[in-house]
Amino acid sequence: MEVEKTFIELLLPYILALAPALAAAVSTGTPILFATLGELVTERGGVLNLGVEGMMMVGSLAAFVICYHTGSPWFGLLCGGAAAMAMSALHGLVCMVFQGSQVVSGLALTIFGVGVANYLGTPYIQQKAEGFTTFSIPLLSSIPLLGRVFFQQDAMVYLSYLLPFLLWFLLRRTRFGLALRASGENPEAVRAAGISPFKMRWASILLGGFLVGLGGAYLALAFMRMWADNLVAGRGWIAVALVIFAFWRPGRAVLGVYLFAGVTAYLFRVQALGVPIPSSIMAMLPYVMTLLVLFVSSLRGKGSGAPADLGNNFKVGD
Amino acid sequence: MNGWQLIRRTEPREWGSVAVFATAFAVSLAICALLLQVQGHNGAGGVWLLLKGGFGHVYSYGEILLKAIPIFLCSLGVALCFRLQVWNIGAEGQYVIGTLGGCWFVLNFPGLPAWLVLPGTLAAAMLSGGIWAGLAALLRQRWGMNEIISTLMLNYIGIEILNHLIYGSWRDPAAMNQAVGPYFPPAAVIGRIWDSDFWLKHGVSEGTADFFFQFFGRAHWGVLSCILAGLLCSFLLRKSRLGYEITAAGSNPRAARTAGISYNRLVILVMFLCGALAGLAGFQECSANLERLEPNIVMGYGYTAVVVAWLARLRIMRIALFTLVLAGLRFGVENIEQDLQISHAFANTLEGIILITVLAGQLFNDYKISRKGRPAASGATGGEERGS
Repeated sequence: MEVEKTFIELLLPYILALAPALAAAVSTGTPILFATLGELVTERGGVLNLGVEGMMMVGSLAAFVICYHTGSPWFGLLCGGAAAMAMSALHGLVCMVFQGSQVVSGLALTIFGVGVANYLGTPYIQQKAEGFTTFSIPLLSSIPLLGRVFFQQDAMVYLSYLLPFLLWFLLRRTRFGLALRASGENPEAVRAAGISPFKMRWASILLGGFLVGLGGAYLALAFMRMWADNLVAGRGWIAVALVIFAFWRPGRAVLGVYLFAGVTAYLFRVQALGVPIPSSIMAMLPYVMTLLVLFVSSLRGKGSGAPADLGNNFKVGD
Repeated sequence: MNGWQLIRRTEPREWGSVAVFATAFAVSLAICALLLQVQGHNGAGGVWLLLKGGFGHVYSYGEILLKAIPIFLCSLGVALCFRLQVWNIGAEGQYVIGTLGGCWFVLNFPGLPAWLVLPGTLAAAMLSGGIWAGLAALLRQRWGMNEIISTLMLNYIGIEILNHLIYGSWRDPAAMNQAVGPYFPPAAVIGRIWDSDFWLKHGVSEGTADFFFQFFGRAHWGVLSCILAGLLCSFLLRKSRLGYEITAAGSNPRAARTAGISYNRLVILVMFLCGALAGLAGFQECSANLERLEPNIVMGYGYTAVVVAWLARLRIMRIALFTLVLAGLRFGVENIEQDLQISHAFANTLEGIILITVLAGQLFNDYKISRKGRPAASGATGGEERGS
């Protein structure tokens, strides 16, 4: 009896750590969620964009700089999305117009994006910006335990709750979404139906790029509220991995992101409770977790759920 | 796009490639000038400084050679993987893990005879780098894991392992505030090509010694490993059965499998080779240039190698050429970094822009653009209207 009690007592702090970990998971997960959904849209249209990391960097810098100078986080957010969209347009230009390899173009975009954001952001290092403020949603926020976790957040988080539903509706319930998905599966069929798969892919590139940019903007304006070198730190690649984990479905993307962020946040809480995990092990945690995510999704068979024409350029003049 | 059509060229233009690269580099430098201007520097002047510092001094050549050694080795390995359509972006991590493998050998076998130390460390570096890359290959072939993401994650993890060791058990207590390893014993240090003291003792005049010292700078004997690796890879790809299998399997994995080529074995072998080359590059840099383990061994050479491999279209002689060009640009950027007080990230920016412009420029090499309705000129086959 005595032993059992102490056992529960021992375990109790780790159980209680779940609630703050969940709250932390929401704020660490939100930028990754935006980026994952953005990449998901682009890949659903049949374009593989490995430049997410670079696009997020550029998006977060643009958002930060605009917000820093104008004081408006919303304007910053818009500019962050637009900047990443411009980057994705560059990817579209190289792949769709100039027929470059999508893999290499994406990598180039990452190398360039990370480089240019770090370069242009140097004067802003350690500077702080206003960013988004949290507000609670009446009624919902009074749900015990979970209410405070999910409904005492900033506007971007609430937007991220809506986004998966919007995307699901867009992809599954509209003609536009059908044409977009079909461009990723079988562009010839889309052409036969009298719709230009070329334009649909452009739409998927631009929309996806904008969403990725929102993820980057969230990092600078709500998560960090300051500028630092290499702010994105691999989150773009995590998003790319999570798209595979999600089997290219928005709903599963949400699950994947919160699972990923939740486990990571929980382990940080556990470390804070005094479990001796070296800090460098904690630093590699997101990357190990990404490998795990990828491993789990690969157990389901190679590329299951991937758009059939993903990563191929339209054949021209062969 | 209306009114124009693209027609794939049956044979590449003779001088087209050179023209594309020249234009792409010019455009890239122009964009860099613009970026410098944005931060309030003199753009054109900055680019001129970059080029002059990178290529225009006696001491540029030693520095170019110094940087070219790791970039070339990594790029060779990356190109081997890319030829097989295996997107190994992990040269950076393999470089770090190779360095750690070599350092582990140096730290743990202090009693070894001097002639055994260097071969032992180099072998340990190559083996550990190779295993690190082999891990990603195994995950890809056994479970179908996407190698682009896995190798990238292994890069981040490798760097964290380096941090763990250098801020932990491998830290030299004698180095007060710095997180660095202890200095290597002389037997584990790769010498510089030009050793002024040695030649002065053997009767070379001071002026001559000085000139060569300026010329070779910090360049070290690791350059021999580049020549050796380059020749071996060239032999491998051109003359050996293995090279033939790599080329065949790279262009069509399914057909290669039908032809009895073991694709799994090829992927693991090629990845191991890349890891070994990157590991060798890392440890040589560590041993010759720093003479101890330091966190700033991580220079991003692994990513530059990817850029080089692609610019060279995976050909070995061109890899050598582009390695020298990018090494020079990197040195040039280091120059203006100090003069203009700009971020180190400018080098990556430049490399990214070059890769994007060259990638886009290849269109003019691979395709002919003509007005719709006009008969296609010679050198091009009949084309099909582009998709819009």
